[in-house]
Amino acid sequence: MKKFMTGNDSAALAAKLARVKVISAYPITPQTTIVEKLSEFVANGELDAEYIKVESEHSALSACVGAAATGVRTFTATSSQGLMLMSEILFVASGLRLPIVMTNVNRSLSAPLSIWCDQQDSVAVRDSGWIQLYCENNQEILDSTIQAFRIAEETLLPVMVCFDGYILSHTAEPVDVPEQSEVDGFLPQYNYPYALDPEHPGSIGAVGVPDYYEEFRFMLQEEMLKAKEKILEVGKIFAEKFGRKYGLLERYRTEDAEIILLTMGSLAGSLKDMVDEYRQHGERVGLVKLRSFRPFPVRELKDAVGNAKAVAVLEKDVSPGLSGALFSDLSTALINSKKSPLLMNFICGLAGRDVSPLQIREAVKSTLEAVEAGEVKNPVRWLGLRETLMGLR
Amino acid sequence: MSSHTSTKKLLPGAVIMDPGSTEQNETGSWRSMRPVTDYEKCTSCMSCWLYCPDSAISCEKPPKVDYRYCKGCGICANVCPVKAITMVPEGQK
Repeated sequence: MKKFMTGNDSAALAAKLARVKVISAYPITPQTTIVEKLSEFVANGELDAEYIKVESEHSALSACVGAAATGVRTFTATSSQGLMLMSEILFVASGLRLPIVMTNVNRSLSAPLSIWCDQQDSVAVRDSGWIQLYCENNQEILDSTIQAFRIAEETLLPVMVCFDGYILSHTAEPVDVPEQSEVDGFLPQYNYPYALDPEHPGSIGAVGVPDYYEEFRFMLQEEMLKAKEKILEVGKIFAEKFGRKYGLLERYRTEDAEIILLTMGSLAGSLKDMVDEYRQHGERVGLVKLRSFRPFPVRELKDAVGNAKAVAVLEKDVSPGLSGALFSDLSTALINSKKSPLLMNFICGLAGRDVSPLQIREAVKSTLEAVEAGEVKNPVRWLGLRETLMGLR
Repeated sequence: MSSHTSTKKLLPGAVIMDPGSTEQNETGSWRSMRPVTDYEKCTSCMSCWLYCPDSAISCEKPPKVDYRYCKGCGICANVCPVKAITMVPEGQK
């Protein structure tokens, strides 16, 4: 059934359809309406779950860690500063291999204080051992959140489902909502193999002395790499059941593309329209939308962009002192390749600044110029910057 | 460092499913100084047993150090009223 829903409502409804047993909640803009909605579901008896109100995000994720260790399906949601406050526990959750699912509604980080969207928050914790999936629209939020539980539980890795604040979180669009019985069929009851149980005492969170620690990090890395197959497999089963296809990335008109745009999240929607515009004028521009930032789909990205003349990475984050994180990760993916396209990086849309068609055309134009010149001068550029600052670099 | 349980399968998340297995973890391997008791001087006053923070000294007369768990902190040598315990660097007799 189609419903007109915001991104936040889609995330909350997905958690309800997944029959989560424990929700730990602390409000933060622009995530708040997710846990608000879930509190309504619990209060009016639509969802049989323990709803834990805590005093901080650090505690919110800590409560999820404890709950997940008892073997129940757990969920929380956060944004920005909240994710930063959770950062210590992010590493605990992945290190303990607890399949927690969390929504991160992407919002920029202080300072300057901002409540608007960019992806700096989740990008900053890309090394925390969480699977990170990015969504383009509200349908993807619902579908990816449902899939996230199955991916998490079958890999014993926590999953962060990320989507753009306000652009999706507070914007409504039609979403196809599956029946509860269909979701039940897709998400069987969860059995965590090492659940804390007084009848069978065990221990979690033991000290990792130098003789052991490295093996556990290796196991986490191995499972993360294997998770690529799991994300594909779960996407395939989901498609068979619900008719919508999901993978590690989406290729849009890339077959014969000379220039490929690469991005994550809602910006992909705008870029698809721009690709169509270029195609109408006979210009071979395509788009790759990355869905899985961690694990990073090296082989699939190589396949997708390997034959292009240039790739322009548009991203809403920056690793100050280097480049955008997606750009540096793409560079890593292409290292040691016999043939690599020219790579350009465009930092844009920080803290909710609109990424306009004008800016996108500027990015494509610079990339075309690089292709003509056969080299890239100054690969990391900013779009839409005040002219008064342009002279600084 | 010796590996006491390295033949065991490592479970995801460093989960330990056999309770009480810490006993097998012989933490005495951390020690750099070893307490050695001169039983000619020892009066079995049991101060060392009482003060040992790791319960690595047996409750018997005279008390004996369990070197599998003693981490060599030296508290026993410090509290001994008759100076019967000396700390000797590991590797020396």
